[in-house]
Parts: sequence; C-alpha cells; structure tokens
Amino acid sequence: MSEIVIFSLLFATIRSATPLIFAALGGLFSERSGVINIALEGLMLAGAFTAAVVTLQTENPYFGFLAGLAAGAVLAFVYAVACIRFEADQVVAGMAINFLMIGLPALISGVIYDSTGSTPQIPLENLQPSVVTGLPWGSILALAIVPICWYVLYKTPFGLRLRSVGENPAAADAAGVNVINLRYTAVIISGILAAAGGAFLSTGQSSLFTKQMTAGRGFIALAALILAKWRPVPVLLACLFFGFTEAATITIQGMIKLPSGEGIPVQFIEIIPYVLTIIVLAGFIGTSRAPKALGIPYRKEN
Amino acid sequence: MNIVREIVWPLIAVLAAFVVGGIVILLLGDNPLTAYSLLLSNSFGSVRDIGWTLHYATPLIFTGLAVAVAFRCGLLNIGVEGQLYVAAFAAAWVGIKFGGTVVNIFGKEENWSWVSLPAIILIPLCMLAAIAAGGLWGAIPGMLKARFGSHEVINTIMLNFIGIALVGYFTQYFYKLPGDPIQRTAEIGEAAHIPRLNQFITAIPYDVPLNVAFLLALLMCVVVYVFLWKTKWGYELRAVGENPSAAEYGGISTKKQIILAMTISGMLAGMVGIGEVQGTRHHFESGFSADWGFLGIAVALLGRNHPLGVLIAAIFFGVLSRGEIFVDAFTRYVSKDLGWVLQAVIILFVASLQMYSKGKGRTAKV
Repeated sequence: MSEIVIFSLLFATIRSATPLIFAALGGLFSERSGVINIALEGLMLAGAFTAAVVTLQTENPYFGFLAGLAAGAVLAFVYAVACIRFEADQVVAGMAINFLMIGLPALISGVIYDSTGSTPQIPLENLQPSVVTGLPWGSILALAIVPICWYVLYKTPFGLRLRSVGENPAAADAAGVNVINLRYTAVIISGILAAAGGAFLSTGQSSLFTKQMTAGRGFIALAALILAKWRPVPVLLACLFFGFTEAATITIQGMIKLPSGEGIPVQFIEIIPYVLTIIVLAGFIGTSRAPKALGIPYRKEN
Repeated sequence: MNIVREIVWPLIAVLAAFVVGGIVILLLGDNPLTAYSLLLSNSFGSVRDIGWTLHYATPLIFTGLAVAVAFRCGLLNIGVEGQLYVAAFAAAWVGIKFGGTVVNIFGKEENWSWVSLPAIILIPLCMLAAIAAGGLWGAIPGMLKARFGSHEVINTIMLNFIGIALVGYFTQYFYKLPGDPIQRTAEIGEAAHIPRLNQFITAIPYDVPLNVAFLLALLMCVVVYVFLWKTKWGYELRAVGENPSAAEYGGISTKKQIILAMTISGMLAGMVGIGEVQGTRHHFESGFSADWGFLGIAVALLGRNHPLGVLIAAIFFGVLSRGEIFVDAFTRYVSKDLGWVLQAVIILFVASLQMYSKGKGRTAKV
C-alpha cells in the first residue's frame, strides 16, 4: 500500500474514533460514579443538533461547539434527576433520553428549517478548521483529553472520590463524600463529553445534522468502555480500534470486489462494526469488571 | 389499594406527558388544544376511526407483550424492532416460495414459488416462520447473556442493525421485482393471506385493514397471562426477574430462564410479521415498522408489564399513532416526531414514579 493510502487510513481512523473517544470518556465518568449511561446516544445527538444549529445561525463553529456542550449538560441533568433523585431504572431512563433526542431535534428543525430530516449544509468555512489537513481540531482535542481524564481520575481528590463512590458509596459517604452531588457532577461531565462527540460529528466530520446521525455510536462507545474495563487509556485504544474498522470498511468498499466483479453489498459493510461489538463483548466481558455500585441508586441509611 | 396504585401512576405519567407535549407544541408555535382535539376526534370519532386505532394498536400489543415478558425476567429487550423485521421477512419468504402464482404490482402474473400450498397449510406455515425467526433473533442475545454475561441491551441494539441490514440485503438482491422503486419483496401467494375483520363484521368499513392478527394479539394477552402466572416456567421466569440470586439458590437455572424469556419475547415480537405481511401488506417492505419495537418499551412500562395493562397501553398508543397523522397534516409545525417526545416523557415519568408506587426502589433490576 502506498504511503498516501496508509496516511489517509490513519487520519480516517482518528476521525472515525473521535466521537467515540469523547462519548466513551463521558461514559467513563458517569459509570465510574455508579450511574449506567446508556443515554450516550441521545446526549451525542443533543450535542450534534445544537452544534449544527448554532453554527449555522452564528456562522461560528466555536460558538456551535460550546452550545452543543451546554445542551449535553442540560440533558444530562434531566437524566441525572431521573436516575439519582427519583431512582429511576437507569437503563430505562437512558433509553427514554435516546428516544427524546430522536424526536426533539426533528421537531425543532422542522420549525427552523422546514425539514424534519436534516439541517441545511453548514458552509465549509464555518466547519471546525483542520489542524493538519484532514484532521479537524476536534480530533486533536479528543486525543488531548485522554491524558487529562487519566490525571483527573487517578491523581486528583475528585477522581479518588469518584471511584470510591462507584465502588462503595456507603463507605465513601461515611468518609464524608457527598455521594449524591458527586454523581450529579459525574453525569453532567458525561453529558458534556458525549455532546462534544456529537458536535464533532455534525460540525467536524460531516457538515450538517441528520436525524439519528449517531447511528449507534453511543452504544459502540459504551462497548468500547466495557472493553477498556472503564479505564481512560484503554478507552482510547478501544475507540481507535472501532474507528479503524469504520475507516477500513469504507476503504475496503471501494477496493475489494467479489469474484463476480461486483462490489461488496453495502449492507455487509454496514454491519461489520455491529458484529464486532457483539464479538468483543462476548469475548472480553469475562475478564472485565464493572464498578461495584454500577446501576444501584444510593439512599442514605437513616 | 394495589389496583388503584397500579392505575393511578401510569395515568399521572400520561398526563405529565401531555402537559410536557403541550408545552413543546406551544413552543413550536402551534395550539396544543387544537393538536390534542385532532388527536382524539380522529381516533374515536366513528367505527372507521376505532377500527384504524385498533389496527395501529395490534403490533403494539405484540411488541408490548414481548418487552413485558423480558422485563418480568429482569431483561430489557430493545431488540424487538430487529426481531419483528427478521420475522416479517421470514413470513414473506415462505409466502413467496410456497404461494404459487401471484399478480404482481405491475398487474402481471408471475411465479416465484417452488410449490403451491393450500391456505390451510400455508397460513400456519407462514405464521410459524415469523414466530420461529423472531424467536431465533431474540434467543441470540439471550444465549450471549447466559453464556458470556454480555449485556442484552447492547447486543439487542447491535442485532437490530444487523437484522434490518440483512433482510434489506435479501430483499434488494433476491426478492425485489425488477423496476420496483420501493424496497420491497414480491407479493406472497393469496393462500397465505389472513382475512380482514370486515369480511365477518359488515359494520367495519372496507378500507379498514384491521385483520385476524388483532384477535391473535388478544389471544396472546391471555396466553402470556396464563404462562406467567399459572405455569411453573412462568413462575421461575418471574422469580429470576425478582431476585436472580435467590432464584438460583432455590434451584432455578437463571441461564435457562434468560434464554427462555428472550426466545418467547422474540416470538411475540415476530407475530407482528404475521399481521403486517399476511394481513395488511402481503409483501415485506423495508421500513414498514413505525418503530413499533421501541414503542413496545413504552407500552410495557405504561402497562406495568401486565398483559391487561399492555392491552390498554397499546390502544392508547394506537390512538396516538392514528391521531398523529392528522395532527401532522392539519397543524403548521407539529410533525409525527412529537410521538417520540411523548413516548420519552411517558417512559421517564413511569420510571421515575416507580419509587412512589412501590414504596421501596424498583421491582426488577434491569
């Protein structure tokens, strides 16, 4: 393979991995604090839609990106209230958030742009500028926050509390940690990061928002998180792996032909990441251990 | 007291959803009262409206029951959508391959079939194909959970994508009429058709596609009730859902029950294919489901995972499905996507109010 192909595959891998890295790191914070985050998909959609709309309206990708993060934080707060204050089943509430974000962007986009399916194209000059050709700054940011997350999780008092709350909330509580506040914070951080992934999708990787454009990436990010055993650096590797499969399938599609001379049917290319996710979960879950208090609401003993 | 609690909380959730939905409609720039009156008047106004409402409720009864059975075992089956697609395709495949000569959409006679079977054999054969295919697609995540412990939520979501892509592939490359712009299969043989109810009840107008599948759905409510509460298997399934470790301690195999619950769930999901392919459309079409698999989650939650509750909740969502067409058409801004929002709010509220209705935490750990 020529150097050009290798480089383009490398960049394509990083671009495809970027939304996954953001979302999986988001999931990391929430789940390490003991709150399952199956709402990543919806949080990403919130970020993607808000970023696209604000970028279109203000003609500024930075405003768009920040607005996307804010939308993620607000939606994550709603999710947190349901899961923490009302002790709702976290998986069920998470799916509700995902459903909400299928409908709400379509309704709003119908009012603003007269189209429920997608927003208009964002002009090229208003997209996230590339640092290196073919690599928007969102990708660099994603790579940069991995060590930051690692530092926060393992080297700061906040990280220590976060981990202890996810493992043994009663003990953390006894040691003076405010379990409820910490979980709210973690879920909101998770919303901001997942929304960053979505914002990258609509204003960095592509140039518009389309309905359900995340296409399961929130769930693939969750699979990456499980595969990485809830640790930041392995999260990066797992996301790069999934990013590579996505990038490679796009490359393969053009290059490899069936013996009959036809291209490989698009449906088979599409399902590769999904099949891989299932295989990976089946193969690795045995050695993977979730935070002990994951999914269990905390109620102070009286 | 118990019954009051079971009814009051879902009603509060529905009310809350309509309030939130009303605010959304107001913010979009339409009048919520107009929207809601369009919704109700077009779903209950006449025999025709009621017929259509029940027709829309039919697949939701199946998917609601499917989700409820899995829920009772402590599993969240988000894969109902994929299961019903695979099942519908299987029913269509049998109907095409064993259905004899058919008149295609272009008005020409053609024969795709190997043999032509009489209705008395072909109708149940198509039904069995749908049920088996749905059951298989549900059993896979069940087995993955039982064998490897991998979470059924992620696996079922992945299998949705895979199942829908696969049947799309077979439709496009093998069973589509050349020149048909729509992604759908050839017609199934006439011997595979199940009758519409207006053939028996003249009061139902000719255009209402309500068919025998509705009666099957009612029957399934009874069957699921008897299974869950009157049989040993159903008891064991619920025991696993209530407390897996206690069930295991009591000699129940949780792994077996997980696979059983997911298989039955998939079979119920698959029955959607019977009504849609054999009753309504007479072919398989990509994108035929209006997200019924996902709506099933809301139906089951609202119906408190009880067959009677599921039936009532499915009819409620049938009203929404029938009415939203008119809301979409006759309001300026509100589109069918409002359904997603209402659904999401209902699920959020039901899930959040559970702590009050049960006093202490939740029933089953999902």
